[in-house]
Amino acid sequence: MKITRFAVIALLAAGTAQAQTPKQLDQQTAAMMRASFREQGIAKMDRLEQDAAQKACSQAKPPSEAVTKKIEAAELAAVKWPADGQFIGDWKEGEKLAQNGRGMTWTDASVAPAKNGAMCYNCHQIDKKEISFGTIGPSLWNYGKLRGVADPADPASAAIVKYTWGKLWNSKAYAACSNMPRFGHAELLNEQQIRDVMALLLDPKSPVNQ
Amino acid sequence: MRSTRLMAAIAAATAAVVAVPLLAQTQQPKSAADGLAEYRKMLEDGNPAELFEAKGEDLWKTPRGPKNASLQACDLGLGPGVVQGAWVQLPRWFPDTKKVQDLESRLLTCMQTLQGFDAAEIARTPFDKGEQAAVTALAAWISSLSRGMKMALPQKHAEEKRAYELGKRAFFYRGGPMDFSCASCHGEEGKRIRMQDLPDLTKNPGNGVGFAAWPAYRVSSGEMWSMQRRLNDCFRQQRFPYPGFASDVTVALAVYMGVNAKGAESIAPAIKR
Repeated sequence: MKITRFAVIALLAAGTAQAQTPKQLDQQTAAMMRASFREQGIAKMDRLEQDAAQKACSQAKPPSEAVTKKIEAAELAAVKWPADGQFIGDWKEGEKLAQNGRGMTWTDASVAPAKNGAMCYNCHQIDKKEISFGTIGPSLWNYGKLRGVADPADPASAAIVKYTWGKLWNSKAYAACSNMPRFGHAELLNEQQIRDVMALLLDPKSPVNQ
Repeated sequence: MRSTRLMAAIAAATAAVVAVPLLAQTQQPKSAADGLAEYRKMLEDGNPAELFEAKGEDLWKTPRGPKNASLQACDLGLGPGVVQGAWVQLPRWFPDTKKVQDLESRLLTCMQTLQGFDAAEIARTPFDKGEQAAVTALAAWISSLSRGMKMALPQKHAEEKRAYELGKRAFFYRGGPMDFSCASCHGEEGKRIRMQDLPDLTKNPGNGVGFAAWPAYRVSSGEMWSMQRRLNDCFRQQRFPYPGFASDVTVALAVYMGVNAKGAESIAPAIKR
């Protein structure tokens, strides 16, 4: 069986130059990517190197359920929870971060998380007062209120608070091919910045929950 | 006279754009698409791309470069010197270079072979500088001679088919610190970033919305952008490294988007926000 399959592939490859197997096309794509780009400023060539999650989510079709589950488990295991158990920061700082879409391009000077925005409004509705919001992600208006978070410190809120931290830290822990960046995992935001975004979403005093 | 009219049109359109967010706060927010359509309409009589088209036509017909030759013998795919209709069939396979080439990479070939310019040097030149500015103006003029025609990229040659397959893979290729691929923003219909509508480039995005609109004059930056430049800025926002001008990935992506746009009416050079 193995030999037959091999022979067929060899015949295809030798017979017609145009009959490329998907695997050959994948290899050619990888070579094309390496040859087509160069580093510029902070944007180095290692950005083209794909980890397991990126690789599995690089086709029009989503990966199999088994692969999806495997990626989600690995990404969840990589979530770093706040060392001091403090999940909630300052929603006002969170709003500033949510508005800020800057960071990590080759025209930015530094990869330090402190220089980056959280770019939330690019894709999400958050505070209804901001009408310039994107629609790639779901609306986050009333995020905490809709989930019954009256006090983020209450043990009754623990599950949703923890999930939200995990989602911000590593979105792929809950959806392998999520469009959302892995803000903590990829060092786009630091712990304090994530606390502040958490507050924007979950603090009952945040305008998001009015 | 012409430039006065242009300036007035730009000023009016800019005022309209500034007014949109204010209006939107008091009325039902106007969809970004409505705003853009209105905006385009206002500029219809005075798309500054006209100035680039005129410059491009001059550059095509004027003897230039070390060989002091014009580009009138340049074969854009329909035979030497045939410009009309060439744009809606690019990128395509060229037997002389044995490559699939987009408009910009084909222009580099002609500028080197006919005029004696150094194609690699032009490819390295920053956008809008030196001969890069010439390539942009030429692209504006050449695309204008296909205005109103339907996108019809050939897919007969094996290399054209292969370029489509590679372009598709590049389109879905996730990488960088934010895990973005082209598909992150352009893989679904009806999405937007902030107020900017995003064409779904995996299928026919409709007349002149996606691929069939570039080159285009960008009012926000006051610049003429070729498709090469559009892709360059997409990769910047994708947080990828820097794509080489006319590199294989840019041509393959153009094949993927261009074939997907089959039948869409070209409005290039368009005017964009």
